[in-house]
Amino acid sequence: HSEFGAPGVASARSAAEEAAGPGEAEEDGAEHHHHHGGGFRVVQWEWNYVQTPYIIAIWLLVASVAKILFHFSQRFTTVVPESCMLILLGLVLGGIVLIANKKQLYQLDPALFFLFLLPTIVGDAGYFMPARLFFDNLGAILTYAVVGTLWNAFCTGFCLYAAKLLGIIGHHVQADLMDFLLFGALISAVDPVAVLAVFEEVHVNETLFIIVFGESLLNDAVTVVLYKVYISFVEVGGANVLTADYFKGVASFLIVSIGGTLVGLVFAVILGFVTRFTKKVRIIEPLFVFLLVYLAYLTAELFSLSAILSMTFCGIGANKYVEANISQKSRTTIKYTMKNLASIAETIIFIFLGISAVDKSKWAWDTGLVSCTLVFIFVFRAMGVVGQTWVLNRFRLVPLDKIDQVVMSYGGLRGAVAFALVVLLDGEQVKAKDYFVATTIVVVFFTVMFQGLTIKPLVKWLKVPRATNRKPTINEEIHERAFDHILTAVEDIAGLQGYHHWRDKWEQFDRNYLSKLLLRKSVYRKSELWEAYQKINIRDAISVIDQVGPSKKSIYLSIYISKKNFHLTLFATVLLVCSRRENGSGVCLDLQVIDNVPGSKVVEDMETHHVLAGNLYKPRKRSHYSRHFMPLGEKERQDREVFQRNMRIRMETYKSSRHKRHKKERTAPSSPPTEDSHLPWKGGVGLPPPCVSVEATKIIPVDLQQAWNQSISSLESVSSPPASTEPVHPRVSALSRLGGPRPASYTAPSTTVSSTTSIGAPAPQSSFCFPEKKKKKMQEEEEEEEEPGASQEMQPLMLPVRPPGLLPPPSPPLPPPGPGRRRNPCVYLRSLVAAPPPASGDLHSRRPTQL
Amino acid sequence: MGSRASTLLREEEIEEIKKETGFSHSQITRLYSRFTSLDKGENGTLREDQVNFRGFMRTLAHFRPVEDNEKNKNPPTTEPLNSRTNKLLFAFRLYDLDRDDKISRDELLQVLRMMVGVNISDEQLGSIADRTIQEADQNGDNCISFQEFMKVLEKVDVEQKMSIRFLH
Repeated sequence: HSEFGAPGVASARSAAEEAAGPGEAEEDGAEHHHHHGGGFRVVQWEWNYVQTPYIIAIWLLVASVAKILFHFSQRFTTVVPESCMLILLGLVLGGIVLIANKKQLYQLDPALFFLFLLPTIVGDAGYFMPARLFFDNLGAILTYAVVGTLWNAFCTGFCLYAAKLLGIIGHHVQADLMDFLLFGALISAVDPVAVLAVFEEVHVNETLFIIVFGESLLNDAVTVVLYKVYISFVEVGGANVLTADYFKGVASFLIVSIGGTLVGLVFAVILGFVTRFTKKVRIIEPLFVFLLVYLAYLTAELFSLSAILSMTFCGIGANKYVEANISQKSRTTIKYTMKNLASIAETIIFIFLGISAVDKSKWAWDTGLVSCTLVFIFVFRAMGVVGQTWVLNRFRLVPLDKIDQVVMSYGGLRGAVAFALVVLLDGEQVKAKDYFVATTIVVVFFTVMFQGLTIKPLVKWLKVPRATNRKPTINEEIHERAFDHILTAVEDIAGLQGYHHWRDKWEQFDRNYLSKLLLRKSVYRKSELWEAYQKINIRDAISVIDQVGPSKKSIYLSIYISKKNFHLTLFATVLLVCSRRENGSGVCLDLQVIDNVPGSKVVEDMETHHVLAGNLYKPRKRSHYSRHFMPLGEKERQDREVFQRNMRIRMETYKSSRHKRHKKERTAPSSPPTEDSHLPWKGGVGLPPPCVSVEATKIIPVDLQQAWNQSISSLESVSSPPASTEPVHPRVSALSRLGGPRPASYTAPSTTVSSTTSIGAPAPQSSFCFPEKKKKKMQEEEEEEEEPGASQEMQPLMLPVRPPGLLPPPSPPLPPPGPGRRRNPCVYLRSLVAAPPPASGDLHSRRPTQL
Repeated sequence: MGSRASTLLREEEIEEIKKETGFSHSQITRLYSRFTSLDKGENGTLREDQVNFRGFMRTLAHFRPVEDNEKNKNPPTTEPLNSRTNKLLFAFRLYDLDRDDKISRDELLQVLRMMVGVNISDEQLGSIADRTIQEADQNGDNCISFQEFMKVLEKVDVEQKMSIRFLH
């Protein structure tokens, strides 16, 4: 910091700037030769040209480097929240600039704040808001946001006025009732930026978090209205306020809040609709999301409605449809860009807060005012929370206990929004503006720093239930859905039109109208439960792949290379690699990969997952809202154990299930139940058919079937993992039971496998050629032909099995599943291979499934 | 409606139900009128399943919100019907159709099929069912017992998800 002296140069921060300055000044000097008339200057100082973006970039750089430096000290970062450190940094920087220039050059500009910095943070928060949790607690959130803020605002305003009358506040503070009410309004709102910054580090349980955070977002409407109303009252003069104006104020509140919400929802619908058609322009999908969410904010600002409400509801509303419509890469891009931008905005805000504090010319100190304000906001917040909680608990299912209330009152942080609002005041109208500014700065600093520092120990001391970072399990998904259904039914029986009743109605409306409008056709038909199941599977697969270690890279490579014949090559290579690693997991991984092999979309997913799993994010985290990473732990090991156990058990109960007729029936969803009753795998445990999106039409199930068989036998020969030998046994014995020619055809490929040690295994090496798309139709027809034969054979076996649609007789109608089911694939394959009709004979030769 | 209801329901019965289920007096009378409106045949039971009013109330009692101030006043001798365990037991019994205290794969498939509609094929459903059982099953019998069911849902906020608000 050695170069502050240059008076004409507006920046005075780092030597690096000076050094960089001349370096970049090689603009076309030809254009700017007015500096020194005459000679041609080779290199010029083009500061004015690049000034603005340069300064912005330097700011961001300083902030980011500061963040890196903070995290060097581990102990420091766990105690002190980042927001505190950023404010301190801002103070330091502000001090430097002040000393250098004798005046403050940089300050938090309200326009910059409201137009650029705040939307990024709110947009990020709204888009990733857990909608279910939000709506479950909406009553509490609205109560605190509206009633709580009003209570705080009025009480603080009146009490400050009373304090002034009593003389506690000095006489130089020229403010009367209206001014104090105005100040009360802007200081009483809980701030979303501060809440996020602090609560993110604390990790309280999700209910508590969503209530405080939701309150901080929704109270924007109240703040905006109060602020505007009181500003106009102040302008008019306290004595001239008519009662009609009060009513206008109330009406204005309704309009602002409801209008803001509606604007947000309109944009949410537009956004969902637009993303329905972005299949061909995948690369700009994130752009639509950012633009429309930002436009929601700006449009609300345009009509002076509540912009934060608008953006929040736009995010919440659109999230479901957008996430379903867009590609995985776009999802990742959106997530990372939003978090990135929000993090930057937050950093800038806190630094500016620090800097602005140092500018003495902008504020004036009055001890009475400051201390009174601090006391009042704290006291009234606590009283408000207690009172409202008492009322709410009479209606809530899970009451908020005392500890929750303490955390809620303590977590009512004020932040940059209040500061921006106070700076926005007109000094002419509000004479005491400078005093208010000083008070606001102190309040904000106090809440963010002091309360931010102490909230972690407080939470620990009070033993507040913390957020459980649990890995999503399919059990939870299923049972939670079941509970929803049960509760809806019970409400119906009891004649209540409660929460679940309306939720159910909403779900029906959504299913019948909204989703049809906003979701892609291909997505619309998928079931949420299946999608959730797939996600869980993918997570497990990746977690195992992760642990395989250095072979990760080779897997990634092989996936990449073999995208064309991805199915088999994918699992073959993964198989080979993993089977060499660990006996158990080799087999496990294979099965899992088959489960997930379906479409190019999923492979794309897996690629992305691999890259990201290695570098950026761990998919198994269910982060309701976190920008920080968390270390891996015991959970991963346990996941893997569960996973391996799953796979082992599944191997033991392996059965057929590669009939893909239902794929065609995707277009006629009504047919499956009736037609499927012929199929033999009814009631048996089946490997799922790969999930298919209509876009990916490359699955040829029967091949996978054979390939699966071969992989099993290859496994035996290659590494004979102990875990897999016994599960494979029934299959092998079943094979041998059915006759001679079979084993031969299966051992042949296995030798090929053992000789194939290289991992790439692209098309030329293995003679495996996965049937191309054009052959699919033919094969499906052939499949059709074979099916009746197979199903006839198997029908007698399967007759006792009822299609799942039937309810009682409750006794499990299954015949002893083992031998019957295991025979089926063999029988089916035999019909394919051993005694084929001429067509399928050709089929077989055309599809050599050697590895 | 109110007067008709109260004449058919004796005070002692109301008291008994109150003690057993924990509903308040007004809730019981209101639910009784609901019961009678469902009970078209006026024979004191609902449908052929022979659910009388006591059974009706007992079932509904499972869905009352959990109250932990009950513990302070007088610890109940038996577990109240709306405790977490009993709520889970109720849900468990809905899955366990043959009442053998285990959810077998078939029972799970039936429930899943009812929940899911026609968009999922049987195979897919089967694999979901498999995975569900394997996640929960700890003693390897390929069925989910009640203990395993409870364990797998230990992190779920059952008190909230299995409760509804009965109007006072």
